[in-house]
Amino acid sequence: MVKYLSEFRNPELAAGILRRLEKVSTRPVSFMEVCGTHTVSISKNGLRQAVPDNIRLLSGPGCPVCVTANADIDRMIAIAAQPDVILTTFGDMIKVPGSYSSLAKEKAAGSDIRIVYSTRDAVKLAQDNPDKRVVFYGVGFETTTPTVAMSILDARQKNVANYSVLSVHKVVPPAMKALLDLGEVTLDGFICPGHVSVVIGTRPYEFIPKDYGIPCVVTGFEPLDILEGVLMLVEQVERGEAKVENAYKRLVTTDGNKIAMETIHRVFEPGDADWRGIGVIPGSGLNIRQEFADFDAARLFAGVEVPPVKEHKGCRCGEVLRGVIYPYDCGLFGKACVPEHPIGPCMVSGEGSCAAYYRYDEKPRTGA
Amino acid sequence: MADDRVLLAHGSGGKVSHRLIDEVFMKVFTDPVLNRQDDAAVVPGGEQLAFTTDSYVVKPIFFPGGDIGKLAVCGTVNDLSMSGAVPKYISAAFVIEEGFAFAELYRVVESMAAAADEAGVAIVTGDTKVVERGSADQIFINTAGVGIMRPGADIAAANLRPGDAVIISGSIGDHGVAVMSTREGLSFRTAIESDCAPLNGLIAAVIDSGADVHALRDPTRGGLASTLNEFAAQSGVVVAIDETQVLVADQVAGACEMLGLDPYQVANEGKVVAVVAAADADKAVAAMRTSPYGREARIIGIVAEAPDGKPRVTLKTTVGTTRILDMLVGEQLPRIC
Amino acid sequence: MCLGVPGKVIAVKDDWIAEVDISGVVIDVGLQFTPEAKVGDYVLVHTGYAMHVMDEAEAMETLKLLEEMGAAAELPDGQIS
Repeated sequence: MVKYLSEFRNPELAAGILRRLEKVSTRPVSFMEVCGTHTVSISKNGLRQAVPDNIRLLSGPGCPVCVTANADIDRMIAIAAQPDVILTTFGDMIKVPGSYSSLAKEKAAGSDIRIVYSTRDAVKLAQDNPDKRVVFYGVGFETTTPTVAMSILDARQKNVANYSVLSVHKVVPPAMKALLDLGEVTLDGFICPGHVSVVIGTRPYEFIPKDYGIPCVVTGFEPLDILEGVLMLVEQVERGEAKVENAYKRLVTTDGNKIAMETIHRVFEPGDADWRGIGVIPGSGLNIRQEFADFDAARLFAGVEVPPVKEHKGCRCGEVLRGVIYPYDCGLFGKACVPEHPIGPCMVSGEGSCAAYYRYDEKPRTGA
Repeated sequence: MADDRVLLAHGSGGKVSHRLIDEVFMKVFTDPVLNRQDDAAVVPGGEQLAFTTDSYVVKPIFFPGGDIGKLAVCGTVNDLSMSGAVPKYISAAFVIEEGFAFAELYRVVESMAAAADEAGVAIVTGDTKVVERGSADQIFINTAGVGIMRPGADIAAANLRPGDAVIISGSIGDHGVAVMSTREGLSFRTAIESDCAPLNGLIAAVIDSGADVHALRDPTRGGLASTLNEFAAQSGVVVAIDETQVLVADQVAGACEMLGLDPYQVANEGKVVAVVAAADADKAVAAMRTSPYGREARIIGIVAEAPDGKPRVTLKTTVGTTRILDMLVGEQLPRIC
Repeated sequence: MCLGVPGKVIAVKDDWIAEVDISGVVIDVGLQFTPEAKVGDYVLVHTGYAMHVMDEAEAMETLKLLEEMGAAAELPDGQIS
């Protein structure tokens, strides 16, 4: 029993909320979750099928691994191959293919690539290997970014000169805006990312109901959290309201974690970022500030040659990431593209929509 | 031994090699057949033999609840037991990295002897090679095993029938988490120990109970998820598991939450999944519980027909919904998403 | 990319490090983002850092609300809301 997790998996309470959903939900609605951890939890707990048929749960661009552009992966692979480099990264990135290769393949071919659990481990590795250049591959949303920023502050304070970060970090709200501006999907609500919101708070979503009239609920990752979030969205829709609500009050506040936000802004400044499947979204990236140039792998390895980008043909990951289609709607899904030999990143990453749907969902739902 | 560490000379075949064999292996493995030191062991057998082999590489070689030696004996004993055989004879072949400490070699070898003793198997033949530093990682062990088939045993992964009960001998994920807790870069502290154990006694109890056993398998690498999927595929059936009946120790659950791992895909080294005729389910569970390694045996699911011809494993989740339980793909990596 | 797991602070050490217990698994966790965390508090752990101190009262409140939601569904039509 993991406290604060098991209580939120109670089957009687889940059944109660599902009954209530049946009662209050009168019209067809589409809600999108924009966090890969939500996608996995929804699939793993069979919630996509358990909610009433008129409620469709779509998955958005919430897997930072999946939305990492090929060019960024290619650049990382090129840096990993430089002399005296130890590349450190979270386990999630290891198998994801770029244009020609993946970190897993490069590791087998001789690059020194190591999985860390925390950025603290990467800084320690740099301290323990002063003759090596330790590069951390910084991928992730606002939940992870403060810890990467902290590692740079820590390295500076401890004079760890051989540590650097390649930042391909992204921020979530501009991507939600970009999706809405594309106008490809009609959404009746957003299930906002719980742990991103721990850091940023609920305020950054205010523009969504205000400018687009779409309800938002921030919620956690346990089945009851998600069902509660869905119910709150349905109730907003039924009442004809659109506002930001918080179903994750045990961890999320209006303003988020101010120290974490300050740490991000101390080290990073906003920049444009290239999202796989969506393209360049202005202001959705985070670049390392000039003040910390010594720790910026993008600057330190600027001269490293990266081969031209090649995109995977026939793969509809882009449409999956934008919520335009369900993974099942892609002709490759479950046939040419399965976790054993994935074609697109959404099938590679553990929290990619395609992998989550393939691994867990019993009854496919199509026609997003 | 006069030396502290294994040298390349210990693998030369000369006097130094003999000293290694005499002072380590022969001293610890005191079997009369092995003592003859012939090129092959000549042993009494039966009409139907079961024969298996497996190589063991584990990092670190000592982990909470076991070590590479115990693993090498238990793994082979268990493989033989799962086929319905009574394990009898084991071979032990070592690939040792130059510089390996004798103190550690003793620990490994003594642990093997203790496990073999407990399982009632004889280590009757063996081999040693020493390789240059860097050509192996400390020590690799291969064991092969021979067992005598129980008359009438028809136990196979293809034998599942709709209606059968699916039983597991205890909690899942203990071995994988115990080993992972000691890995470099992932250090966390936990009291969890590997479940590494010889299961021949437990299996004998189940078969001797008279229960109609259709399939047995130890869910090692790939965990319970892989074993159940192999069963489903080879028998062309649906295996329906009830998550609320599957036991996961608190610490294993905590470690898996933290590292983003699925306990169903984490390795076990002392558990068996048994599929038995429904009517014999309680009898089989009771028999397992007579073994110290089966105290928490329980029924976790049933076998059903695959209506659309698609074999699969389904899981009724703790919240009462149903999902697919898929096999592990590739290497299990800690993740943060 | 947001796996987070709640754990209990069991010791606060030097250099912003705390020992956190996640159902029997103990790991070192950075407290830089939650300097207010003290022994006995539950924190959300993400990649070896505490990202927030769990608000126990809110957790209990949410569970109570969830129970009421389910119970409300049992009422005959017209009595909901």
